[in-house]
Amino acid sequence: MTRKATRHINQNEGLIFEKSSPGKAAWKLPPLDVPEVDTAKLLGKSERKDLGNMPEVSEIEIIRHFTRLSTWNYAIDLGMYPLGSCTMKYNPRVNEAVSRIEGLANGHPYQPAKISQGAMRIMKTLSDCLIEITGMDAITLQPAAGAHGELTGLLMVRAYHESKGNARKKILIPDSAHGTNPATAAMVGYAVENLKSNDRGMVDVAALAAQMNEDVAALMVTNPNTLGVFEQEIHKIADLMHAKGGLLYMDGANMNALVGKARPGDFGVDVMHLNLHKTFSTPHGGGGPGSGPVAIKKNLEPFLPTPVVVTKADGTMAFDYNRPQSVGRVRAFYGNFGMFIRALAYIFANGPDGLRQTTEDAVLNANYIRKGLEGVYDLPYETPSMHEVVFSDKIQSKKGVKTMDLAKRLIDYGFHPYTTAFPLIVPGALMIEPTESEPKEELDLFIEAMKSMAEEVEEDPQFVLDAPYNTRISRLDETLAARKPILRWTPEDTSAIPKSRP
Amino acid sequence: MRYLPKSPADREAMLKAIGSRSIDDLFSPIPAEYRLAGDLKIPRQMAESEIVDWFKLRSKENGDDYTSFLGAGAYFHYRPVVIDALVQRGEFLTAYTPYQAEFAQGTLQAIFEFQTMISELTGMDLANASMYDGSTGAAEAVMMAVRITGKSSAVIARSLHPEYREVLQTYATHQGIPLRTVGFTDTARVDLKELESSVTDDTACVLIQSPNFFGSIEDVETIADIAHKKGALLIVSIAEAVSLGIVEPPRVADIVAMEAQSFGVPLGFGGPYCGVLATKDKFVRQMPGRLAGQTLDKKGKRGFVLTLATREQHIRREKATSNICTNQALVALMVNIFMTVYGKVGLRELAKQNLAKTAYAAGQFGKNAKVLFAGSPRFNEFVVETSEDPAAINSRLLGHKIVGGLPLKKFYPELGNAALWCCTELTTRSMIDTAVGLVAESERSVRSMKETEEVAQ
Repeated sequence: MTRKATRHINQNEGLIFEKSSPGKAAWKLPPLDVPEVDTAKLLGKSERKDLGNMPEVSEIEIIRHFTRLSTWNYAIDLGMYPLGSCTMKYNPRVNEAVSRIEGLANGHPYQPAKISQGAMRIMKTLSDCLIEITGMDAITLQPAAGAHGELTGLLMVRAYHESKGNARKKILIPDSAHGTNPATAAMVGYAVENLKSNDRGMVDVAALAAQMNEDVAALMVTNPNTLGVFEQEIHKIADLMHAKGGLLYMDGANMNALVGKARPGDFGVDVMHLNLHKTFSTPHGGGGPGSGPVAIKKNLEPFLPTPVVVTKADGTMAFDYNRPQSVGRVRAFYGNFGMFIRALAYIFANGPDGLRQTTEDAVLNANYIRKGLEGVYDLPYETPSMHEVVFSDKIQSKKGVKTMDLAKRLIDYGFHPYTTAFPLIVPGALMIEPTESEPKEELDLFIEAMKSMAEEVEEDPQFVLDAPYNTRISRLDETLAARKPILRWTPEDTSAIPKSRP
Repeated sequence: MRYLPKSPADREAMLKAIGSRSIDDLFSPIPAEYRLAGDLKIPRQMAESEIVDWFKLRSKENGDDYTSFLGAGAYFHYRPVVIDALVQRGEFLTAYTPYQAEFAQGTLQAIFEFQTMISELTGMDLANASMYDGSTGAAEAVMMAVRITGKSSAVIARSLHPEYREVLQTYATHQGIPLRTVGFTDTARVDLKELESSVTDDTACVLIQSPNFFGSIEDVETIADIAHKKGALLIVSIAEAVSLGIVEPPRVADIVAMEAQSFGVPLGFGGPYCGVLATKDKFVRQMPGRLAGQTLDKKGKRGFVLTLATREQHIRREKATSNICTNQALVALMVNIFMTVYGKVGLRELAKQNLAKTAYAAGQFGKNAKVLFAGSPRFNEFVVETSEDPAAINSRLLGHKIVGGLPLKKFYPELGNAALWCCTELTTRSMIDTAVGLVAESERSVRSMKETEEVAQ
């Protein structure tokens, strides 16, 4: 087999608590320049006597501990991360550099407007860019993540309908949607009604027409959807919704397929969220922070969360809180500002031509992989792919090897696995999104690895089932973790401490 | 297009392999009338040096060399440099959510350590892997209490951060959770009489903040008794995490909804921050958010996985505990490293310094202006009432490169000319003395103006 990367580092590293010993310290405070206080007198019975099992370690131990832990992680900096729908693209380092410039990193959210002009200018500039990219009319940057954006978007949908005298009851969600969509609709007090896909993997427009009525507040569609397929009749879908007074919500998680090439606002979308960590290169950070701005059409503008950044007559910027029809506030302060800086730096680095080329390359890469693996893996939908392609394990599962088994074996080849859980309409899905960040050479290695794996399945399925082999640890017992949850370390738990270094 | 690793020849070769004539063929699924004909109207492509310059200018417009006395849910503490040295490692920065546990052990173990330390500090049994921030965490905690108790309403302290209350109001409106607000006494603590009469058999939870928005430490045990007597849960929101080094945690609470920004997370004009929920073992299945758990691999080696996912939206869909999908892993890592740097002894010393600075500052301000709510213990924040509008005083302070306390009129109109001041270990004595001097000057000039008026009459 060809292997892209070398073995994972197998350094032994216990928990930080297991290195702790009284008297070790990594901190030093300056001498106190005000009188000492009697804490017992100041706090009375509220004084804390003991901090429990907190670590006591030195700085070098901290550096080694976290550096060693880091070597147990896969990351986009190490290689391709073909996670469908998650858009793991390169994270430019200038983004990190500018987000750490002192006046931005240390800005207090309540500092006077006079010395917040820089931060507000960043928010306004990013807002203007995102409005132009989506073809919408207005935006809020406040939501802290994609799912939080969904919540905010649906709150605005609800407020819009309420302003017309009827909040309506239902949200329609295609079976190709993201997992968060139904949970979000429920949080906003809506009933969820599923919508079937047709045999091309798209919203069945006839079924939608039959299901659409005046009880429906909105349709939540992902476009391109989780099959990586562009909803070709999106405008008809929009017309159908609008004809009965409903709204079209678009989950913008897959905007990496559209930026610079097409704009949701132009094809009839009323409200949509963006994931700055997907499309605009802010880092995923091992699971956050995200940022999920929500862009809307004019008719929803009165309902935006407060505050909104506005330019005053004298050209200075201010926060506008006076918005009587607002859905309210969805997060303290103004959102994940640090992510706004990174996303804007990315937009600046690309410009209009760069963003278009980025999208083109992302779509080109996905189609190149599709071509490379056609016939080796089952392609359940023949519909053209945009930025991601979905195969299934139909061929391999005949040998007892399922998508998750293949995913684990792919780790040995030096790649992060593709997405296995989506879309729900493809049993045993292999959902692959290479993004624009991959050179041809890396794509060729990936295709080669996938082909080699398929051969292994034919020759020795058990070998694949026992993977991964090259990781520090082998397959973990998830059932044990759920049945007997151990969610924190305790001093009594010494069972797993390695006795000596190997 | 420096982020794109393909040469024109590569693109040609790939198109050929696919069997497409041009890239436009690949976009043919998008109906022609919706395909953009021209360029997006956004700024042109910029060089890296231009990008850095642009943001440096914005930084200057943002007042990058002011001394600040602002707190109110966002605190300026020293961030040890090892934090950024470590979180910028690509393996942490550019990793995805650790769903593939075998090669995401770094993130998973770090989360497990985070969960452990948060549990220790809050006095709870367990904590989740972090959530968006303190405000959304508090709202999620209320919804969690509603699920646990099967009751529908919530009682909220008015001394909870005003923006947290606004966020909760937004969530509660559409969940059909009636909210009742309870005021505070002249010590800034929750009005216990009013609380007693507000908690009914239908109350799912009482939500307070301690130290509260004014910096006062609540009588948590008495409040817990009042809540528990009626079968309601007690949720305690903690916005200033550094307080946990010296202030007894709310062990009697059922849920702690914390904002951990103080622990090594930049102020960053309000985000990203690090919310976290901690609770009792028995409530774990109703807690939203991710959890990392310890388990064994096939060879019996210790390892960590995301666990109890059956509570989560991707499995339970509309019946999930919450729609929350992401956590704040990288920010939680900053918090983890901060807690590790200070540890058991340092966190206490750090909190003690904060306490001393605040005691000194409140004492000095009190000589010329009125320090409100003096009758309760407090941490880091205090309220100063002046004769002059604090906004006017603040604009003069700005001339001295000082950002004064937060005027409270906007959130609490009845407090008139009061402002919320905050000191941390980074506030020097000379800064405090300068600010105190300027406030004293204002007080004196108002007083002499009054005297002049009296003489004239």
